Amino acid sequence: MKNVLILGATSGIAKALAYQFAGKKHNLLLAGRDVEEMKRIAQDIHIRHGVKVTVHPFDALDYDGHADFFTNCLETAGEIDGIVLAYGYLGDQRRAENEFAEARRVIETNYLSAVSVLNIAANYFESKKDGFLCVLSSVAGDRGRQSNFMYGSAKGGLSLYLQGLRNRLSKSGVHVLTVKPGFVDTKMTFGQSGMFLVAKPEQVAKAIDKMIQKRVDVAYTPFFWRYIMLIIKSVPERIFKRLSL
Amino acid sequence: MIKHKESLIAGWGNYPAEVCNVYRPDRVRDITELIASGAQPHYISRGLGRSYGDTALNHGSGVLLHTEFARFVHFDEQTGILECEAGVSFEEIIEHFLPRGWFLPVTPGTKFVTVGGAIANDVHGKNHHVDGTFSQHVLDFKLLLASGEIVHCSREEQSDLFYATIGGVGLTGVILTARFRLIPVESAYLEVDYLKAKNLDHAFELFAQTNEKYQYSVAWIDCLSKGDNLGRSVLMLGNHAPASKVKTGGDPLRIKNKPKFNVPFNFPSFVLNRWSIRAFNFAYYNIHQNEKSKIVDYDSFFYPLDSVHNWNRAYGKKGFVQYQAVFPPETSRQGLTEMLKRLSQSGRSSFLAVLKSSGEQNGGLLSFPFKGYTLALDIPLHDDGLFPFLRELDELVAAHGGRIYLAKDSEASPATFANMYPDLAKFQAVKAAVDPNNVFSSSQARRLGIVEESR
Repeated sequence: MKNVLILGATSGIAKALAYQFAGKKHNLLLAGRDVEEMKRIAQDIHIRHGVKVTVHPFDALDYDGHADFFTNCLETAGEIDGIVLAYGYLGDQRRAENEFAEARRVIETNYLSAVSVLNIAANYFESKKDGFLCVLSSVAGDRGRQSNFMYGSAKGGLSLYLQGLRNRLSKSGVHVLTVKPGFVDTKMTFGQSGMFLVAKPEQVAKAIDKMIQKRVDVAYTPFFWRYIMLIIKSVPERIFKRLSL
Repeated sequence: MIKHKESLIAGWGNYPAEVCNVYRPDRVRDITELIASGAQPHYISRGLGRSYGDTALNHGSGVLLHTEFARFVHFDEQTGILECEAGVSFEEIIEHFLPRGWFLPVTPGTKFVTVGGAIANDVHGKNHHVDGTFSQHVLDFKLLLASGEIVHCSREEQSDLFYATIGGVGLTGVILTARFRLIPVESAYLEVDYLKAKNLDHAFELFAQTNEKYQYSVAWIDCLSKGDNLGRSVLMLGNHAPASKVKTGGDPLRIKNKPKFNVPFNFPSFVLNRWSIRAFNFAYYNIHQNEKSKIVDYDSFFYPLDSVHNWNRAYGKKGFVQYQAVFPPETSRQGLTEMLKRLSQSGRSSFLAVLKSSGEQNGGLLSFPFKGYTLALDIPLHDDGLFPFLRELDELVAAHGGRIYLAKDSEASPATFANMYPDLAKFQAVKAAVDPNNVFSSSQARRLGIVEESR
């Protein structure tokens, strides 16, 4: 039995992961902005699985509040064994190109805020010499494309940050997992055109749980995205720059 | 605002299939914002798509999936009262509460239905003669109206809306959460007796003799038998088994997982033909012997077809029509005899036909069952000749004071329907008061004239 903190607990993949963990009798700390929605999820998980689920208001962009937030979570749970960072903001690429506020929100939510909260968590796990950090990055961070490079660059930055963090924490025995999901059937993608090979969140959650068990470093999910991205990454830049992807 | 997917969808009979604009909201405000936006002229809720015809279809209009409204809200271990969202399935309720000693008060022949769908279609099961429909075990529910207001409905509070919503096929609003009573059980098994009936009269006799002794009763009827054998059937009579009778060695509240089968694609339509169906019915009747006190797990007893996923595909791409009618006691014998005769004359055969005695009617304005006998059939849709035939059946049913079931209907006419449901006008008055613009409407509701075609 572990205590797992989920940041961005109302997102599609986060919800599926919460149920996956609860099924294994882990206690959960759900963190996010929509407290009512998290309470609704917490109640349901408790009735189904009998585990302890607590709800914690968390605003990714309130950097000054992150330390207190983390202390508060620790006080509630006594100890935290793992953290899942599952929030993100896709934003609107075109708007982000014209309004700096939108670009800033995309970069701050996906990258800066993650650095802020993961720094705190990393220090905690490092001193404990145990724990896992499971962070949802994106395949969009593997190569810049005109259709979503604002989001992609922030996620790409996040992936690099995690690489460094993994390097730093390896000697403390702390596991850092970078997850790069492909298309997942969530609210964000429902009804969106151009979706293919769409995976169910439950399927993705199961795979992520397995990667945590196996202490995988970087994982694509579903697995075949590794090969799709391998192809996309291997296209020479002078050709790639002319493609409309 | 949430996005939609334009999809070709159908009910469980695969007929009719219609292009609908499908939404998958995950918060109540998604629905209220959507309705306020006027994005679609009409909306209808859809659960797991197990109603057979066009009950949960909305041609060219909005369909609201309840996939994300599937949370348990509260459970009282003392009283067995469960509160949950409308998208919770019966399968999930069994999965989580049977191991704790609780079972559904009423269940239809599949566990892949949602609580919202069970209320909206006012489903019944093998215990209708003693326990009534599912709604009779519902204490109250929250209903989202077209105005965006959320009202609490029970037999005392907003009782007009309560009785219009049970069996109201989603036309009064969106059921958000409901509270209902589970029943305590000692085991996941039933103690079952099998009795063979030579013909319809014999089946009636056996039902009358056994109705008080068994909580659950149903007869599989061979609808191809003729003459003196017309209506020959196998009665299945059961009660929840006490823990002491379960000799599996393990926890009496759990059953072993059984292998699941899947029908991966639509079978060619010749697979289920007159001869194969005849052979099946013949074998079904002859394999069964009178048997006493057999211990059967709940899955095999209540949900024999659930172990074959997508069994509806066995009927081929054209699909099938499920037809269910109830007759009052005075005319049951005559009405059913006539119905079975017409079926066997027309050569339209039903793979499985189910006969059941039903209990008193409840207050649901469009609720289906009333006291008497009900017969349910699956008829493969091979040709368009089926529809005139079904209309003949409708007339026969109406002439005998019977009625057909909305959850299974895909072809009835407005006049026949109005004739069968004398409370239709009352229903329409309640609906007009809360939804004057028919925000909630379905293909079926328009076809049957339950709501007026707008525009």
